[in-house]
Amino acid sequence: MKPFNPLSGALFAGAIALAASAQADRGSDGHVSIIYWQAPSILNPYLSGGTKDLESSSLVIEPLGRHDAKGNLVPWLAESVPTVANGGVSEDLTSITWKLREGLVWSDGSPVTSEDVVFSAQYCMHPEGGCAQLSNFDNIESVEAVDDLTVKITFDVPKPYPYAVFVGAQSPVIQKAQFEECLGPRAPECTEQNFNPIGTGPFRVVEFRPNDVITMEANPNYRDPGKPAFATLTFKGGGDAAAAGRAVLETGEFDYAWNLQLAPDVLQNMQQAGKGTVVSAFGTLVERLMVNLTDPSPDLGDERSTRKHPHPFLTDPAVRQALSMAVDRDLLVEIGYGQAGRPTCNVVPAPEIYASAANDGCLVQDIDAANKLLDDAGWVPGSDGVREKDGVRLSILYQTSTNAVRQDFQALIKQWWSEIGVETELRNISASVFFGSDPGSPDTFQKFYADIEMYANNFEGADPEAYLGNWKCSNDPRPDTQWQGSNMPRFCSEEYDAMLAEMAKTGDIDERARLGKAMNDMLMQEFVMIPLVHRGRVSAHANTLGGVQLNTWDSELWNAADWHRTE
Amino acid sequence: MFHYTIRRLLYAVPTLLLISLILFLLLDLAPGDPTAQLPLTIPPDVKQRIRESLGLGEPIHIRYLLWLQQFFINESLHLVSELTGWDLSGDRQRVISWQTRSPVVDIVVQRLPQTLWVVGLSYVVGIAIALPIGIISAYRQYSWFDQAGTFVSMVGFSVPTFFTGVLLIVIFSVNLGWLPSIYDTTHVVTDWKSFLFQIRQLLMPVFVLALYNAAQISRFMRASMLDNLNLDYVRTARSKGMTERVVILVHVLRNSMIPVVTVIALGVPSVFGGAIITEQIFKVNGLGQLLIIAIEANDIPMVQTLAFIFAILIVLFNLIADILYGILDPRIRYD
Repeated sequence: MKPFNPLSGALFAGAIALAASAQADRGSDGHVSIIYWQAPSILNPYLSGGTKDLESSSLVIEPLGRHDAKGNLVPWLAESVPTVANGGVSEDLTSITWKLREGLVWSDGSPVTSEDVVFSAQYCMHPEGGCAQLSNFDNIESVEAVDDLTVKITFDVPKPYPYAVFVGAQSPVIQKAQFEECLGPRAPECTEQNFNPIGTGPFRVVEFRPNDVITMEANPNYRDPGKPAFATLTFKGGGDAAAAGRAVLETGEFDYAWNLQLAPDVLQNMQQAGKGTVVSAFGTLVERLMVNLTDPSPDLGDERSTRKHPHPFLTDPAVRQALSMAVDRDLLVEIGYGQAGRPTCNVVPAPEIYASAANDGCLVQDIDAANKLLDDAGWVPGSDGVREKDGVRLSILYQTSTNAVRQDFQALIKQWWSEIGVETELRNISASVFFGSDPGSPDTFQKFYADIEMYANNFEGADPEAYLGNWKCSNDPRPDTQWQGSNMPRFCSEEYDAMLAEMAKTGDIDERARLGKAMNDMLMQEFVMIPLVHRGRVSAHANTLGGVQLNTWDSELWNAADWHRTE
Repeated sequence: MFHYTIRRLLYAVPTLLLISLILFLLLDLAPGDPTAQLPLTIPPDVKQRIRESLGLGEPIHIRYLLWLQQFFINESLHLVSELTGWDLSGDRQRVISWQTRSPVVDIVVQRLPQTLWVVGLSYVVGIAIALPIGIISAYRQYSWFDQAGTFVSMVGFSVPTFFTGVLLIVIFSVNLGWLPSIYDTTHVVTDWKSFLFQIRQLLMPVFVLALYNAAQISRFMRASMLDNLNLDYVRTARSKGMTERVVILVHVLRNSMIPVVTVIALGVPSVFGGAIITEQIFKVNGLGQLLIIAIEANDIPMVQTLAFIFAILIVLFNLIADILYGILDPRIRYD
């Protein structure tokens, strides 16, 4: 949309001539535009956990290490990834020492030092800061600068997986000089800093308009003199997934669109316009049913959905297994996600070393076997076709958040369950209430005042230990924890907790994988969670944009420095 | 008239205070949680800390009084400081959005230009189309022009903007490739070329909204003209030998404008409220989009402030409509 300028044309021609002899110059490919249908609100990931904010800020500020598109840990601002083998992680697993690359500078030209890293930790760990990424800084005893380029992080317990801190877009290094005055309660008042962080990334902010658009330009001090290929960048937010997809695939106004959760056929039609390409990749996000092992009956008052009252029929493993067997996961994928989903029988579906193959029987729907299982367990159909035993009817209240795909899933699953003699009542709740943790609301997913609930969850990075910790016995939401906790099924097993404790002491990756799989298998074979669909990320880029490597383990824009114009 | 205006302005103060209290209570008592949109990978105890850092730990009356102080005193002082360059506001805490951690009023000011461009222009265009259509339709009642006008306004009124908007995008952006489907809020008009681009990106959203506005107002105009055309004074004017032009445009039109002016004046606050759906469709990101995003994120300070600004505008334009009545109709006197 900018008027043609003969001078820039000449420069462009010159750039092409140079490209023949050397690598492309910084900024030689002009402008790139990105659209996220959720608009970024702030460029400081420590004050917002929103994906849109993390990913937009990842163009500007960077961590010490991150995961590449395959989920491997790679050094970023650091020289190498510290491990026990190279001496970067202590033998007793209580400390990790990162060494910064030499000669790194911030976009304002000042050098990046270990003091900045130490400060970033102080910033997030300040008790009054309300840092959204605090859980990544768990169990840290101290973060100290050994010399200008070396940082040592000491933990108060052995940390077999010490890579939560400063790895990935959620815990980047921020500049001490810029944020020094913004510690703790002052953090939210630093509007200027939060909107225009000084970083080491390929781009720097020119103008930030909250919830609307960010204008960026190439960082003149970026460590690779030939990158980024784009001189300017527009990051537009707002609208909906369909409009974002249209802008890249059909009208070609934008180069990259994030997270296109659209019906499979809609996306396919858009791609036929020939302007762009749909790309997908799988992380750890699994759409699953949570089974309530406790009684949600309203008669129980404050003790609803607590361990004091076991569930009248979902405590019977045969019923739980039958519910899982009756589901046709292939059809769910086809209807809801297409290219962006695949059927799964695991709650930890990836990375590869953690993915178990022991539960794959669930991939085939088997209504007859489910009926037989219930017959054998003594659940007999009553006059209305609903199975019952000792006066208890298999009647389920099944809740989820309001979302077109989820409501389709509910309708299908209700139908399949009716074929095995289970009666289902459906309910959907606005996402902001369902996922909100207002202890006063009866409709949150933590309170779980229903028999079955459905949502999707995943874990950050590539290590499932913290995630598997969700189903520790003591982690059940209950009144005395203000209904906080992530053990929605209220599952409790000593054996499980023991494996979890063992994993917390194990540094060897193969042994960790064995334990991780065993825990996943236990949850799956107890059917306390019924996984449905392994959901991938679907994004799209213009055919003229090269270098995109969709990464579900970190920010999608992780390698924006390598993006370039093709043709 | 002057005393009446002053009296009405004074009455507005308790009215607005009451409105602000009701708004605050409604927002506060509604279920919802500002951390609900955060990914589930953020543990609940961290979410609790975030809520505390937002001030949600305080009791409700403290939070209400704090908002009153921030909005009325701190924001006003800040405004005066900005205008005069004196530092009156000092370290006073302004109303801060929970999503962006930045002053709400600054974002509102940032959003005003695009909302006024798109929604304001469409209102002006809508009125400019509606008045002539309404007048001619009434004067030539049941003519083909009237029938066509009725048809168009029925379509404009009953077809929702989320349909017309997407339809236009599919035709003009996707198939023909003439117009941009995404509004560029950073665009600055500097020369002819950039002005033309501004016109191109305004064309679709303005047309969609103008059609809707014109449909409503032209119906009012037509009905009001019809009421007046059969009255005695019109017959008198004609019998005095005045030309049809004078009868219609001077006598009938002026009297018919009274209810129409009220409708137009009362519609102005909704211009500032933005057009939530149209703004979303064309990614205009004005005040309407700001409001809906804030509601989704449970950003109470933002929703409260925006809703209250709308309340002020509604009270203000009600007063303006009443005063315009007096100016248009000499029989109406308030003192």
